[in-house]
Amino acid sequence: MRSPVIDAKDLNLIFETNDGPVQALKDVNLSIERGDFVSFIGPSGCGKTTFLRCIAALEHPTSGSLTVNGISPEEARKARSYGYVFQAAGLYPWRTIAGNVKLPLEIMGYTQADQEARVEKVLSLVDLQGFAKKFPWQLSGGMQQRASIARALAFDADILLMDEPFGALDEIVRDRLNEELLKLWATTGKTIGFVTHSIPEAVYLSTKIVVMSPRPGRITDVIESTLPKERPLDIRDSAEFLAIAHRVREGLRAGHAYD
Amino acid sequence: MKKSILPILTVLAAIVVIWYAGAVWLNSQWTYDQAARAGVEVTFSEMVSDTLTQARPVLPAPHQVAKGLWDGIAGQKITSKRSLVYHAWITFSATMAGFGLGTIAGILLAVGIVHSRAMDMSVMPWAIASQTIPILAIAPMVIVVLASLGIKGMLPKAIIAAYLSFFPVLVGMVKGLRAPDAMQLDLLRTYNASDAQGFWKLRLPASMPYLFASLKVGIAAALVGTIVAELPAGATQGLGARLLSGSYYGQTIQIWAALFGAAILAALLVLVVGVVERITLKRKGMAQ
Repeated sequence: MRSPVIDAKDLNLIFETNDGPVQALKDVNLSIERGDFVSFIGPSGCGKTTFLRCIAALEHPTSGSLTVNGISPEEARKARSYGYVFQAAGLYPWRTIAGNVKLPLEIMGYTQADQEARVEKVLSLVDLQGFAKKFPWQLSGGMQQRASIARALAFDADILLMDEPFGALDEIVRDRLNEELLKLWATTGKTIGFVTHSIPEAVYLSTKIVVMSPRPGRITDVIESTLPKERPLDIRDSAEFLAIAHRVREGLRAGHAYD
Repeated sequence: MKKSILPILTVLAAIVVIWYAGAVWLNSQWTYDQAARAGVEVTFSEMVSDTLTQARPVLPAPHQVAKGLWDGIAGQKITSKRSLVYHAWITFSATMAGFGLGTIAGILLAVGIVHSRAMDMSVMPWAIASQTIPILAIAPMVIVVLASLGIKGMLPKAIIAAYLSFFPVLVGMVKGLRAPDAMQLDLLRTYNASDAQGFWKLRLPASMPYLFASLKVGIAAALVGTIVAELPAGATQGLGARLLSGSYYGQTIQIWAALFGAAILAALLVLVVGVVERITLKRKGMAQ
């Protein structure tokens, strides 16, 4: 049996705040297989971003076990085994788009020739070929976010963690990027963890939907999607899609029944 | 540009008119005293023309200052001790030396403060305290102490200029090096970047706009520091010395000419920093 890429057992995370301890994650159990596209959905404060940050070793669980590629998240971070896309593109304004994509490659010590080749490759993956020499302010918000995805794809990490990457974009742009993200996932075969607020987005993209609820942050439902891998945008009108969306909505409602 | 020229000229004209009126008013006492001593009456127009042509007026008229300035700049050989260009050069070179020292000190201290909590706690209060001491009080002491050690000439002046100019650079750079937000720092952590990489690739470039803003303040402060340092030294060279000798001998026109010389020099220095800023930021894609 193949071991899961990400494996969480009885994970707890308690933040000490001025108003007393806050249980951000409670008894989280989850395993993610290689090649999965996993969405985390839930209202604010449900711990979906916190869980993603735990995987990235940007937060540290208080108790429980968590492995990434079979090693601890901290070791995985040091081994540069994931790319992380934040809610804002966060491109450096003093670097061109190509320069921004090159940033992780420079830090990780890729050769000059390798850097050039990789930049060209990932910029064409996100459909930004002609924009290598532009500066971020010359691009729209959606293009900037695509550049930040290219930046996360530039180095050899087989995990891609995305924290509400399209949250700040309008719905039309978001639809396009969702479609492109699915293609990207199909061509690269990466394991993707994706945090979102949007039910249609989660259902459209995922092979596995993790429904979470707040106070304390916990998993209320894990839904294995029955949708085919090939997903045109109009699949969202199919009965199957609506049934899954309904189950997600029920899960979110159940989470709220506690308070 | 064309739109702004009219208001600028209007303000300038108003200042000149008020200046002339002030000159007539402040210098008239001398004219009346002289007339009373000679036992003659002066008409209003005689009084006005006299107040604008006195050799040592209380307030020199604009055209007298302009003439003094022109004489000082263009009327002398630039190696002459009467040349404002010569004195401005002396002040300028000390200013630049002090500005350079101050900038380096400010940047190094800021780097230390941002990277070490101990330095953050210990250096910043002293830096702030250093600026609460009037420079006029500390400058003579520095000059005297250094002179007793045999250090004279440009270096003591540069040290005082640096004393004033390091502070804005320090404050600006601390702010600038801390400008990257939590997300940008997290991004570097996901790359497992070292502190040095974080500094060279993120913190330093992010601080550039802050650095230039504080360099403009710093270079003007360095000029003030240099001029103040030239006052107590018994110096015979530099715009400060020119101010002082003017006040010794009641040469008000000379004082005002030196003052304007200093102001023009300050404006030029800030302008040059501004041009360097625009070129640098444009090349870095940070200005449009």
